[in-house]
Amino acid sequence: MSRTKIYVPRETAAVSVGADEVALAIAQTAKKSGIDIELIRNGSWGASFLEPLVEVEVDGTRIAYGNVAAADVAAMFAADLVNGGAHERCLGPTMEIPYLVNQDRWTFSRCGLINPLSLPDFELHQGFQALTKAFADGSEAVLQTVADSGLRGRGGAGFPTGIKWRTVADAVGEQKYITCNADEGDSGTFSDRILMEGDPLGLIEGMAIAGFAVAASKGYIYLRSEYPLTHSILSRAIDTAREAGWLGDDIQGSGFSFDIELHIGAGSYVCGEETAMLESLEGKKGIVRFKPPLPAHEGLFGKPTVVNNVVTLASVANIINLGGERYAGMGVNRSKGTLAFQLAGNIKRGGLVEKSFGVTLRELIEDWGGGTATGRPVKAVQVGGPLGAYIPASQFDTPMDYEAFTGIGAMIGHGGIVVFDDNADMAELARFAMEFCAIESCGKCTPCRIGSTRGVEVIDKMISGQNCDENYDLLVDLCDTMEDASLCAMGGMTPYPVRSVLNHFAEDFASSEEPKNE
Amino acid sequence: MARIDKDTTSAIVAKFGGKPELLVQIMATIVNRFGWVPEDTIRQLATELNLSRADVHGVVEYYHDFRTEEPGKHIIKICQAEACQAMGSKALTDYAEKTLAMSMHDTENDITLEPVYCLGNCACSPAIMANGKTFGRVDEKRFNAIMDDLRGKA
Repeated sequence: MSRTKIYVPRETAAVSVGADEVALAIAQTAKKSGIDIELIRNGSWGASFLEPLVEVEVDGTRIAYGNVAAADVAAMFAADLVNGGAHERCLGPTMEIPYLVNQDRWTFSRCGLINPLSLPDFELHQGFQALTKAFADGSEAVLQTVADSGLRGRGGAGFPTGIKWRTVADAVGEQKYITCNADEGDSGTFSDRILMEGDPLGLIEGMAIAGFAVAASKGYIYLRSEYPLTHSILSRAIDTAREAGWLGDDIQGSGFSFDIELHIGAGSYVCGEETAMLESLEGKKGIVRFKPPLPAHEGLFGKPTVVNNVVTLASVANIINLGGERYAGMGVNRSKGTLAFQLAGNIKRGGLVEKSFGVTLRELIEDWGGGTATGRPVKAVQVGGPLGAYIPASQFDTPMDYEAFTGIGAMIGHGGIVVFDDNADMAELARFAMEFCAIESCGKCTPCRIGSTRGVEVIDKMISGQNCDENYDLLVDLCDTMEDASLCAMGGMTPYPVRSVLNHFAEDFASSEEPKNE
Repeated sequence: MARIDKDTTSAIVAKFGGKPELLVQIMATIVNRFGWVPEDTIRQLATELNLSRADVHGVVEYYHDFRTEEPGKHIIKICQAEACQAMGSKALTDYAEKTLAMSMHDTENDITLEPVYCLGNCACSPAIMANGKTFGRVDEKRFNAIMDDLRGKA
């Protein structure tokens, strides 16, 4: 009899709620019972609300058990776990879980499915096929395919990837760089992390394709320090790729050389801004640079540099495999393809949902998310991280489309969706937006450095009911200044959440309303 | 945690090829192993990397991770970002401060308590990090269990 495969994710969310203890209990119980199993530490499918999600493979079908605790393991074995036996934790086949079935998995197709550190497993699931195809087709064809796909930067800014790559390819210079921004600092986002923990070789392949397309021989990944488990998985994957000749000199006899260096951040939110990240990669303070010059012309160490987010780079392999038109066929308007939405905060079914653009906020929150975890009504959702607007229920039917969100004074950003129930104090959250900016501002430009501190003070006065009308006007004026005159999105977009609270939840500044009515 | 000595600092610098452009990585390695960067280490790094002390100081002061004071044996970070706020991180923080009889940013009785802005565990909020390990769905009971476990291992 062949060994039964049992999967337990080695992924931050799963491990944070006990997956390591569950894996240990499974190994020990199997040994004690004399059952021969192969324990595989996969990545996460992204259904974080079900973690730890244990799977057992029975006749080629994976049967899922959700929210497993170490204390459940003995009973699960007693209930014939190895044959997918019935147990209260059993959810049936993984591929029949509605949360997962109804997604459009393009970039995250291997997450959860494979052992992230197994090169054979990766190659069995199309791994490195796109890079091989890129070598055969040539860099011009790769640039054209990426442009045809309509892929836009998934870090938040949504800049067309094809144009960025073309600019670097056309830039003059012996040395060019690919830099991967893995400084995923936005609250409510974890798609980069799930990708890097579940399919790190997929990111490596994407970076190598980018390097080949623009003729860069060196890549850097800038990973935030808050992700220690990701660090361990990613560095092992880089070693694996290098040992197998998928990184290094003359990759697979193609004549193309490319290697990756992994850098760790040090707890600065602004280092997620591309030029601050480049400064940090150069060993300096993460202070934002003036633009121009664009990084594509003068980036890392002054050389032409591609700066792309993890998900952007990881999306490219399937675009090469399946064609740019196929990707462009998904989504709506100028928002092509898919985005990995992340349901977070006060939500019943939190996790990652990769879906074509055009899905509405309401579908994500209600159909996938199942409403709030507390069971209370949703009051607001913040989309796009700490610099994103708070959106009221009246706008939940807005389709996920970069331009549609801009139209309502919001942004999709990196796709994080943080849900708040009706207990949320929106005035406090507006204050927090300014406070966070004051803590994290790099200090280079005045509107951000000083404006954020003044913003906290003004909001404090409004909350305590001092000169509310005047302070309201002052806050709007301050938001205008920060938005128009800041050097980067930190100061330039902190007004988004603040204004959205003023526009949609002004009643939470209760004391500010009263004087107006006098 | 042992205090970093001169030879270890030199060895870490050598491991990174003595390259000044790897200052952030060198510093991160030091803080990961020793918890903080003492003043004499800053001087030594400046000398060995051929940087000005102001440059090294600037980097140390800029990044939240680079402590200039010795932390406790156990470092507890409680996420203060929006997703965790939506699930009661403020109440959890209050509870932690009360039961540990200390405030954020303080070090008391071998424990350092710090805020952190997102651990990327936002679907399992509220989240904390204890000695480099992330924990999710942390309520008061679970917080106590994590602390008991840490102290037991001490």
